[in-house]
Amino acid sequence: MPTAPTVPGARVTARGWGWRHAARHARAVSGLDLVLEPGERVLLLGASGAGKSTLLAGLAGVLGGDEEGDAEGELLVDGTEPARQRGRVGLVLQDPDSQVVLARVGDDVAFGCENLGVPRDETWRRVDAALAAVGLDLPRDHPTTQLSGGQKQRLALAGALALRPGLLLLDEPTANLDPEGVVEVRDAVARTAAATGTTLVVVEHRVSTWLPVVDRVVVLAAGGGVLADGPPGVVLDEQRDVLVDAGVWVPGAALALPARRVRLADDETPAVLLRAQGLAVGRRGTRGPAVAADVDAVVRAGRALVVTGDNGAGKSTLALTLAGLLAPAGGSLTADDALASGAGPAPVRWRSRQLLTRIGTVFQEPEHQFLAPTVRSELAVGPEALGLPAEEVAARVDGLLARLRLAHLAGANPFTLSGGEQRRLSVATVLATRPRVLVLDEPTFGQDARTWRELVALLGELLDEGSSIVAVSHDPDFVAALADDVLDLSAHATSVASRRGAPA
Amino acid sequence: MSAVLAPVHAPGVVGRVNPVAKLGAAIVLSVALLLSIDWVSAGVALALELVLLPFAGLSLRQLALRTLPLWIAAPSAVVATMLYGRDDGGLLAQFWFVTVTEGSMSLAGAIGLRILAVGIPGIVLFATTDPTDLADGLAQVLHLPARFVLGGLAGLRLVGLFIDDWRQLALARRARGVADAGGPWGALKRFGGQGFALLVLSVRRGSKLATAMEAKGFGSDTPRTWARPSTWAGRDTVLVLVAVVVAAASVTAAVLAGTWEFVLA
Repeated sequence: MPTAPTVPGARVTARGWGWRHAARHARAVSGLDLVLEPGERVLLLGASGAGKSTLLAGLAGVLGGDEEGDAEGELLVDGTEPARQRGRVGLVLQDPDSQVVLARVGDDVAFGCENLGVPRDETWRRVDAALAAVGLDLPRDHPTTQLSGGQKQRLALAGALALRPGLLLLDEPTANLDPEGVVEVRDAVARTAAATGTTLVVVEHRVSTWLPVVDRVVVLAAGGGVLADGPPGVVLDEQRDVLVDAGVWVPGAALALPARRVRLADDETPAVLLRAQGLAVGRRGTRGPAVAADVDAVVRAGRALVVTGDNGAGKSTLALTLAGLLAPAGGSLTADDALASGAGPAPVRWRSRQLLTRIGTVFQEPEHQFLAPTVRSELAVGPEALGLPAEEVAARVDGLLARLRLAHLAGANPFTLSGGEQRRLSVATVLATRPRVLVLDEPTFGQDARTWRELVALLGELLDEGSSIVAVSHDPDFVAALADDVLDLSAHATSVASRRGAPA
Repeated sequence: MSAVLAPVHAPGVVGRVNPVAKLGAAIVLSVALLLSIDWVSAGVALALELVLLPFAGLSLRQLALRTLPLWIAAPSAVVATMLYGRDDGGLLAQFWFVTVTEGSMSLAGAIGLRILAVGIPGIVLFATTDPTDLADGLAQVLHLPARFVLGGLAGLRLVGLFIDDWRQLALARRARGVADAGGPWGALKRFGGQGFALLVLSVRRGSKLATAMEAKGFGSDTPRTWARPSTWAGRDTVLVLVAVVVAAASVTAAVLAGTWEFVLA
């Protein structure tokens, strides 16, 4: 395998460095003193809001100028400001879709080299070497739209490597990927870091993924500065409680879930709410091609059905169809009287308002479902659409604000919340109308361990209260904690396996 | 994005022509044909274009699929103009207040032919053009500012994401219980709200993309190199000249036939 030639690793020095985003009162980072030696491979941890992403953006020189915010102290790469030496630092971000610049794989990798003025022949040599280094065995003219999430992240990594950076920064590079994608990207990083000698900084909640790659762990304190710094084993051991509190997935730390719960015995048959028979689903409903077909599944009260399967197997489309949002492309989806209560057997024909108390949907991207300018009014949208009296609306909103730790954010704009807060809010907006069936698309994607625990505990409670859950998930821990039935949509494997007791 | 929008990799000469030459040829033809509304100039141009069509490098199926909108638009425009166009000359038919005259018939023919004569070369030339190659040409051949050309190209890539976003937003509104109240006025308000939500999402996506581009050195002061050379060759000049000849022939024919009617006069 051709590997990138050795580049001298960059030295990072922060002295009393801090940054305040324009229009914010609090500093995102303050009083940071830190030195990273060339070639060190560092895992950067800290609670949400401790400024990990801000530090990476500062090191990449993309925080912007004075109009974007103001800096204190100094932050240097090889003794110079990062923004003055483009190409010395490579950056890979969390969202696979927002990083692809061009339509063809080779062109996208070449983009950075072109910007740095690298001669044409040298550029293409670097492109081929970078694609090989990340294991993307594709022709240069392969369309970037046809890549999976893991491939897109490896493409972003190749684009960074082609710059021949002395410092490689990865900001939650695997948070939005399925388990195979996570391993693909992690292994590509491990190979290239070992081969090039670049200094590496990774931000990621899921520590166990990155422990084999890093040789130092730095924990940022929420109030500014460094909380802990040292070899991974030592830091994880000494700071275990702090890290668990901060939502870091510390290996070996028990997930401490409340024991679920009122499980139904084998001979009880919970009420059927939804029944799919030979169901085919398509992204555009009845128009356009089906992405999954011949699905048989039953959604029962008090049980959780988890849908798993490969990328592109049609999991999200199936969830949206079961949720009564997309028309089935074939076969049948019938709601039992227990759920329909007079609205008719086909959920897709129900009026929007009728869905509210019957089936609630939590979208994969919380931002798609936000409608109001504040968290409080966001929670009131559903109850108000139901025409509930004002006192009842207020009572439900206050209850959810408290239950999902959102009370201190009641006046904030939903778009300004962190990822974990947005996820909690998107679940809360659906709970506000108390639907009998809850459909969730990848609810634990990119969530820290604390949000994960809260979410799983909450869903467990809802199941115990008799609600029914349909969730699309790649997350093996989520499946283990909640699933009663698992529907695997992988090619040639469409089947329902009952994990526990009751008939599927 | 839909497969119909993706560029065709055409074999043969036209596939290798610089996109800037294709753009030039399409502009020459459109401008010449939009200067007059008469059936002779459009008819001559269309006839010459049909003779050149086999060299375009598209299969019959691709051609049919991509020009489909024209075959719907042209007849509808013909019928509409025939029935409702400016009346002139002898009366041919009449129902109620709808009249078909010699004048409206000839206008309808001129408009129908014109839609095809402008549309076919435009679609055929751009069907074989990759946006990246066009951007390369605009920057390297016409020397338009790289920042502007590449920014536009990157923005174009986001369009596919916006289509998906729009669908998700519509489904999410239905799920939130706000998709059926208020009649037509409510629907209009929801459409506006959804448009605003899309705007917010697109600004956020755009700023993330801008960060990724900046981290790769986009917008720095270093002079940029181009990984894909885009040069002007003899065949590019030939294509533009062919367009000029077609345009000149159609205008000359119309003037000689006495049907030329300059729209700006």
